[in-house]
Order: sequence, then structure tokens, then C-alpha cells
Amino acid sequence: MSDLEHFRADTRAWLEENCPAAMREPVRGFDDLYMGGRNPEVDHPDQQLWCERMAQRGWTVPQWPREYGGGGLNKEEAKILQQEMARLGARRPLESFGISMLGPALLKFGSEAQKQEHLPPICRGEIRWCQGYSEPNAGSDLASLQTRAEDRGDHYIINGQKVWTSYADKADWIFCLVRTDNTGSKHEGISFVLFDMASEGVTTRPIKLISGSSPFCETFFDNVRADKRNLVGEEGKGWAIAKYLLTHEREMISAFGAAPAKSLGAVAVENLGSDASGRLRNGILRHTIAQYQLDALAFGATMSRVGDEAKAGQGLGAASSIFKYYGTELNKRRNELNLAIGGEPALGWDGDVYGGGATSRDWLRSKGNSIEGGTSEVQLNIIAKRVLGLPD
Amino acid sequence: MALVLTEEQIMLKESAAGLLAQKAGVAQLRALRDAGDARGFTPEVWQDIATMGWPGIAIPEAYGGLGYGYTGLGLVLEQVGRHLSPVPLQSTVLLGGTLINALGSEAQKQSLLPAVAAGELHVSLALQEGPQHAPEDTALKAEIAGAGYRLQGEKCLVLDALAAQQFVVIARTSGVPGDSAGLTAFLVAADAACLTVEQRSLVDARGVGALELNGVDVAASAVLGEVDAAWNGLSRSLDIANIGLAAELLGVATEAFERTVEYLKERKQFGKVIGSFQGLQHRAAELFAELELARSIVLKALQAIDADDPQLPLLASAAKAKLCEVAQRATNEGIQMHGGIGMTDEYDIGFFIKRARVAQHTFGDYNYHLDRFAQLSGF
Repeated sequence: MSDLEHFRADTRAWLEENCPAAMREPVRGFDDLYMGGRNPEVDHPDQQLWCERMAQRGWTVPQWPREYGGGGLNKEEAKILQQEMARLGARRPLESFGISMLGPALLKFGSEAQKQEHLPPICRGEIRWCQGYSEPNAGSDLASLQTRAEDRGDHYIINGQKVWTSYADKADWIFCLVRTDNTGSKHEGISFVLFDMASEGVTTRPIKLISGSSPFCETFFDNVRADKRNLVGEEGKGWAIAKYLLTHEREMISAFGAAPAKSLGAVAVENLGSDASGRLRNGILRHTIAQYQLDALAFGATMSRVGDEAKAGQGLGAASSIFKYYGTELNKRRNELNLAIGGEPALGWDGDVYGGGATSRDWLRSKGNSIEGGTSEVQLNIIAKRVLGLPD
Repeated sequence: MALVLTEEQIMLKESAAGLLAQKAGVAQLRALRDAGDARGFTPEVWQDIATMGWPGIAIPEAYGGLGYGYTGLGLVLEQVGRHLSPVPLQSTVLLGGTLINALGSEAQKQSLLPAVAAGELHVSLALQEGPQHAPEDTALKAEIAGAGYRLQGEKCLVLDALAAQQFVVIARTSGVPGDSAGLTAFLVAADAACLTVEQRSLVDARGVGALELNGVDVAASAVLGEVDAAWNGLSRSLDIANIGLAAELLGVATEAFERTVEYLKERKQFGKVIGSFQGLQHRAAELFAELELARSIVLKALQAIDADDPQLPLLASAAKAKLCEVAQRATNEGIQMHGGIGMTDEYDIGFFIKRARVAQHTFGDYNYHLDRFAQLSGF
């Protein structure tokens, strides 16, 4: 057996022995994900057990370096682990902004001490992070943010307000963009700092969305102290880190554009019936579904192509600039079709007969995809200016 | 298979771009059109192309080709689209060679394919009869006459008809129009008695014609493959042809788009270049995104031919439908964003919209292929 075959055999045996039965069930919506933290939301005790077991092997973050609590796996091994988990239907043990956003930024821009302090608790699911980016007057124009950080020698004093802070009310720490200098251009003078949400002067207020859920908060800082050892990168140079992190966020959001397992066309035929030639009975709806499925297929092929080109050393092509825009627009189209195909039950809001309103709530939530992390209009501006070279 | 071009494929693409830009670009198309050239291409240019080996690119080595596959041919066709090259690659290579390889007996392949690969034999498909692509509706009759067959009927949209030495005529030997069974492919020489080949003039000014078969007698050996059983080979060849046309349309659309973006950077109104206006920027950016999707689906479909993927019919219709949509949008926006100058014959952008519509229509347009895509997807 080759090393990889050994790795596969060992992994399979370990997963079979250690993955609890409940963690082999599909995730039922966003609220069913395990996000860890000091006061974790636990729907099933096995979530914590599964996270602990995986974290011991570094497999909550398989490809991060071992010295920071990751698995130290190479790409091939990580792929095998993913395949073996998929074989069992095993859930990912831990989801968090620490893993998907802060971690990559710290690995690239953080000091050794910062990596040692912050990465292992992320891997173990002990600290849950939130992202302090948008402000009431800095949405699409993020760089005009005004939250101030005053220099007090070994620490900063922070005052201001953030908005659209995901799960700020549940997070333990925040990675936050603050203004340390007001004299240069708006992109200068922004710093990237970390601080504890339990600090004195931090308050959060959840924002109820049209979908009925409250994944976002308003977050207020009133003379909050942040130690300077938690300044990431240089003071005033935080915009580069912010942008790097935004690309991670956009990748994550554009993944929503992936086509669902069961084709919409097949669901529509079940609901509305077909004619003798097998065509969906309503020709107008059929056309709209076909357009969506064609675009979803071509978008999936584009994600693969860009990945394969990068692997072949041809660089990250200009095509990657369309992911956020196109993926979120596709997701909105899919959700609109879910309503059209589903009919009355898809409009349900509460109660078991409507599945708790999952279809309509997802539909409403999808409207935010083309706003958060850079609106579709901002994405089109970026393509027009940076890719096509059109002038201001 | 990785959705990426190999270095060898990138080199092929670049050499095709070089030769076609120099010898078979829009200027040559314009000159042929203005001269009213019936053949629709320049024999010397075709000779240069044959020297490069492109006619044999997808033909197996056993029959004198390069055995390089359809992904390579697709890359050449994309460049043909970019330059609007007036060359008979679609008729003779994409269809002629493919049909003979898909349907022919071993002896027919041995005798015909090396000549196609060498660029010496021009073969064209005679399929369409009505205004729309509907291969099952073939009505042209072939009846047994003596030891052979007698063919009676009409065909249109025969690509490069005036240059072809042989036609593959799809005829009905049994059943009724609407049946996919009962179709037979016949090889008919261009100089056969009772065959009239007439030049037709379409909007793209390319070589195309119509056939009238007024009791054309052919020998039994003229049957390409088996009697009544042309459908599978024809259908596969049409899938390949539509993917090839999608590759050509990718070139047409990309070139039209790039010319338009350049124009947006030059043209000034209200004291500014018009490319600084957000209304135009967003339309250009959306089109850019659609072109990236188009590029991906074309590559995926080309690779499916070479990999013998069972999804080929679905991917062929997906690629053709998507490229019809994107090429139509790119060429329409090309005219609109050029403004008045885009409406003039002197300016080249008009050639792109014209070629796009004919290539879109050929062997099934957006409506045909999106319907087929949906049906093959189970709805």
C-alpha cells in the first residue's frame, strides 16, 4: 500500500469508530451547525463530542499547520479525509468565522505570538469570532468607516458603531476595522485589531431580518480597551488585510450558487406534471427553470475551470472576479423558482405543515446574498474597472 | 478531467490565431463578399491550413489524421470565430469527417478520411429541408431502384455547397417524417446526374447552397453505414457539430465584446469617454461574466467529445444554447454601444452580428437546444 492508501484506511477506520451516529445525519439548516464558543449553542450533545474528537487530531481545520492546532494535512490527504467523511455522511465538526475568515488572515499577516495565542482556540472551537466591518455610513463604501481607535501607549481606546455584525451577540471575540489616522486618504489609517467582546463598553443589539431570523447585530463600542499586542499587521495598514479577508468571504458566499442535489426541473415535474412528451406542463415555467439550470451548470464549470487553471499554474484568472456577483444572483433565481414551483406550501411561514417556513425564509434570506460582502453593483464596478480597464 | 488547456493546446490556439489573423480575417471575408465569390473561401488559404494539418486534427491516425481530438479542433474553431475566417472547416472537417467516421464502414473510412485529412476532399452534409432544424422530419425520399437507390427531394443550408465534391445526403428509406428511425445517409457526388447545386446568399456572406435531387441514382455502395440506421451516427455528429459551432460562437462573441470595450475607451461624448458611464460599465461587466460562463461550458463540452462522455447530448445542447444566448447579447450590445458607426457597412462590427445569427441557427438555435436540454434533463 502507498502512504496515501494507508492514510485512507486509517482514516476510514478512525471515522467509523469515532463519528457518533447523530453526526452522520444531514444538517437541518443553518441553525443546526455547530459553531463552538464559550457558551456554545448545542442542539445535540454529540456535536461537542464530535468536535472534541476531531480537534484532537487537528481535523476541524485539516490543512492548517500542526503547531497551531491544525491537521497539517497536504491537499491529497485533505481530499481523502473529505471523501471518507462524505462516505459516512459525517458532518463537518465545526463551522466558524475563525476558521473561514480570521484564521487565513492571521496565518498570512499575524505575528508568531498572535498565531500561537489565537489559532489553537479556533481549532478547538473554544472561541467564537465575529467580524466588525460595516458601519451605518460605511456599507458598499467600506473604507469610509469611522470607528475611532485612540492611541494610549500600550493599548487603544475604541469608540464607534458597527452594523451587520454576524452573530455579534453570540461571539466571544471580534476582528475589527478601526480608524487610527484621519489625515490621509480613506484607505490609509485603517487598522485591524482583535478584542474580547466581553470587554467593558461593548453592547450588541440583534437586528430582526425579513426572514424572521436575527443573524446580525448592531454593535456599539463605548471606550473599549484593546491591547496593542492584538493589532494585526502594521498600524494604519489594515485595509490590505480587510481586502484579503473579503475575498475569502466572497468565495464563501458565492459557493451558495452551487446547484442543488435534486434538479428543480425534476421537482417541478413532481409538483405540476408533464405532457406526453415528458415536458413540464407549464411551458413558461419550464423555460425559466431551463435557463436557471443551464446557467448553474455553466457556473459550476467556471468554478472548476478557475480552480483547475490555478492548479495548473496558469494563475487566478479574471473569471474569479465574477464568482460573488454571479453566484449570489443565481442563488436568488433558484430561490424565486423554489417559490414558483412549490406554490402555496412554499409560502408557509410557521408550523410543521409548512416545514417551519423553510422555503420562504431561505428565499427572503437569499435577497441579502447580493448585498452582504459587497453588493452586486459594487462587484460589477470592480469588474468594469479592474478587469475591463474602463475609466472612472 | 481537469477543465484547463494543456501547454500544447495553448500553442495550437496561438498558432491558429496567428495564421488566421494574417490570411483569413475580416478583410478577406469582406473582399470575398464584395467580389460575389460563390465558393466562399480562397483555395490558397485552405492549402496553408491543410499544411498545418488542421483538416485532420480530429481524424484518427489510422485514417491519416493527427488524432489530436475535438478539443484541439474546437480551439481552432474559436479562432475561426474571432477572425470570421472564411474557411470550409465547419462543413468538411467538423461535419464531413465526423459523419464519415461515425457512420462509415471500415472500407469507406479507409478510402475517404485520408483525403479529408489532407484537405483534398470537401464533403458537406445535406440535411435541412424546411425553415428550421428538425432532423427527424426528413422527408427526402430514397427508393430502391435496380441495384441501387433513387433520391428525390430538396435540401437547404448546405454549407460550402459550391466547393463540395461529395455530399452526405440524409434521406428517408422507411417510416414517416417525424420518425428518427428509417433514415439513411448517402454519399452523392457533386457532379451526379439530375443533381442541381444552387448558390444561396445568406446574411453572413459565407458559402452556402441548396440541392435539388431530381431522381439522382446512386449505387448501393453509396450508403454510408447501414440502411435505415443513420440516426445514432447522425445525432452524435450533430452533437459534435453543435459543440464546434459553440466554439466558433465563443470566438465571435469574445471578439465582438473586446472590440466594443476598446471602443468604449476611445469614444468621447459629454466631454468624457463613454466607458466611464456606469450604465455602460455594468452592461459590459455582466457580459464579461456571461462570456466566462460560455468559455467554461464550451471547454466542458469539447472534453466530453474526446472522453466519450455519456452526457454528450446534454452538454452539446447546453453549450449551443448558452452560446446562442451569449453571442446574441454580445453582438447586439456591440452594435448598440458603437452607436451610429456600428450601423455602417464600412465598420467591421456588423460582420460579427451577421455571422453570429447564421451560426446560431445552423443545426438548431437557442430555442431548439434549450428545449432539448430541458428534455434531456428530465423535464
